[in-house]
Amino acid sequence: MSRLTFRLLGSPPQRVDLSGLTPEALKDKSVAEIASLPIHTTRAALSVGDLFDVKDGDGDEIVFEGGAERLDRVGAGLSQGAVRVVGEVGVEAGRGMTGGSLFIEGAAGAYAGSGLRGGVLRITGDAGERVGGPRAGETEGMNGGLIHVGGSAGARAGDRMRRGFLLIEGAAGDYAGSRMIAGTIAIGGKAGALPGYLMNRGTLLLASGAERMSPTFLDCGAFELVAARLIAAHVDKISARLGAAFRGPLRRYAGDLAALGKGEIFTKGE
Amino acid sequence: MSLSAGGVAIDDTFAEAFDMRATALVITADSAKWAMQAATTMTGFATSVIACGCEAGIDCELRPEQTPDGRPGVRVLLFAVSTAELQRQLTNRVGQCVLTSPGSACYAGLHEGEDKLKLGAAIRYFGDGWQIAKKIGERRYWRLPVMDGEFVCESVTPMTKRAVGGGNLLIMGATPENTLRATEAAVQAMRAVPDAIMPFPGGIVRSGSKVGSKYKGAVASTNHLYCPTLKGAVDSAIGPEIVSVLEIVIDGLTSAAVAEAMRAGLKAIAELGPERGALRVGAGNYGGKLGKHHYRLKELMP
Repeated sequence: MSRLTFRLLGSPPQRVDLSGLTPEALKDKSVAEIASLPIHTTRAALSVGDLFDVKDGDGDEIVFEGGAERLDRVGAGLSQGAVRVVGEVGVEAGRGMTGGSLFIEGAAGAYAGSGLRGGVLRITGDAGERVGGPRAGETEGMNGGLIHVGGSAGARAGDRMRRGFLLIEGAAGDYAGSRMIAGTIAIGGKAGALPGYLMNRGTLLLASGAERMSPTFLDCGAFELVAARLIAAHVDKISARLGAAFRGPLRRYAGDLAALGKGEIFTKGE
Repeated sequence: MSLSAGGVAIDDTFAEAFDMRATALVITADSAKWAMQAATTMTGFATSVIACGCEAGIDCELRPEQTPDGRPGVRVLLFAVSTAELQRQLTNRVGQCVLTSPGSACYAGLHEGEDKLKLGAAIRYFGDGWQIAKKIGERRYWRLPVMDGEFVCESVTPMTKRAVGGGNLLIMGATPENTLRATEAAVQAMRAVPDAIMPFPGGIVRSGSKVGSKYKGAVASTNHLYCPTLKGAVDSAIGPEIVSVLEIVIDGLTSAAVAEAMRAGLKAIAELGPERGALRVGAGNYGGKLGKHHYRLKELMP
């Protein structure tokens, strides 16, 4: 049986909330039932069928053909199965995911993978601000799983991250890894100003350095650590380039001394 | 009817072995030499649970591509009679012998097991607050700052309750040289068997014991029925042609591993033959009432 497919019919007339369209939520629903599900976020009613041509298929894998910046919360709460989007998405893609895989062939808006707890979120394009981060008022961001951004990420990537891996191939905005509680972030391109701002624990690898390092991170020297080898072997499975960045001597900066100070920033170097 | 393999007489008897708790570790270092040094040190004084607390030994060397951190490694096995004692021995031995060894790291060497033993989770306090936990995939590691960098130690290691301790062979020969030659050949063959160790010196015990003693408080004493110097004085188990007896004790993560090791040892002894090696091979048991596992030599003969 082919995949359950949502073909985008046109540009959305308003921002839409697609968090209900996950394999688990749709597994016992007919095409007609799915088409009648509400997705509007304004007073103007809008259902799935108004925006998408739904093609029945195996509900374990859902495909959105066509993307738009107004498609919010795609794959939010995903716990199993796979969701693929051919195109860009709006905010909070994969927010609160606990399992499964969400693959976005395009760019994602702010808060992609917000509070992710498990599973894999891959974004081939750029991610907006606060990828993996918590929404205002929440105490923890990403808490497990893995996010892989093929392009660049906006400001405060991995904000308040607690656990898991956030891999960014391109550049990152200011305050990458801000307020990290723990976990591992790797940034292939150049990071913006003050990476690791107020981080308590955790690991932040800057393969291409940062625009400005915080004075509250202190140089501890360059090492080839066993822990970096273990991380490299894990990251290799997702990105050979970022895996390689964990190999060889890494300069260790301890910080943020303005907070708990048990975190670390690694940069390439002797 | 007497049994024989390659001219070596095989007793129609069985080895009797016991259930044990066991775990395995992978110890790595920057060089194979230092991985082996850490492994050798942590498996020292671990010949018998009678007085050592555990029985431990080296299972095999690992190539860099076989270890979690891509460095040369050694797999060691630890056996004890209770979970609490195994935990105590594991913590003490890793803490004193692996943590202290230059460049070492320590990982779980089993991937499945009903229960978990604390590994880094017990040793992390050495870090005095500077220790860092790192979860990578499904595995959690502790990083402890030490004077040559960091000691990385997996948080927990699985424990198996299906381990077996006390598989054995008694190798009997006409001269001490021939007996040792046959026993060494057997140990060498048994070392190739995965998941099994021979915990005594070089895999060999020359002071095989029986349960109990004429003296109060001694739990074990010399196996006088196999002592050649007593063969005229006691109801000896050895004939006049036997001048030396050596024993190999085998612990395995599974009963199958013990049987496979005994099989490999018997084959090596038979191939060496009676001229240069053993005249006779037997096995130790307690009448079959104490241990759950029985290994009949005739079923393991080549």
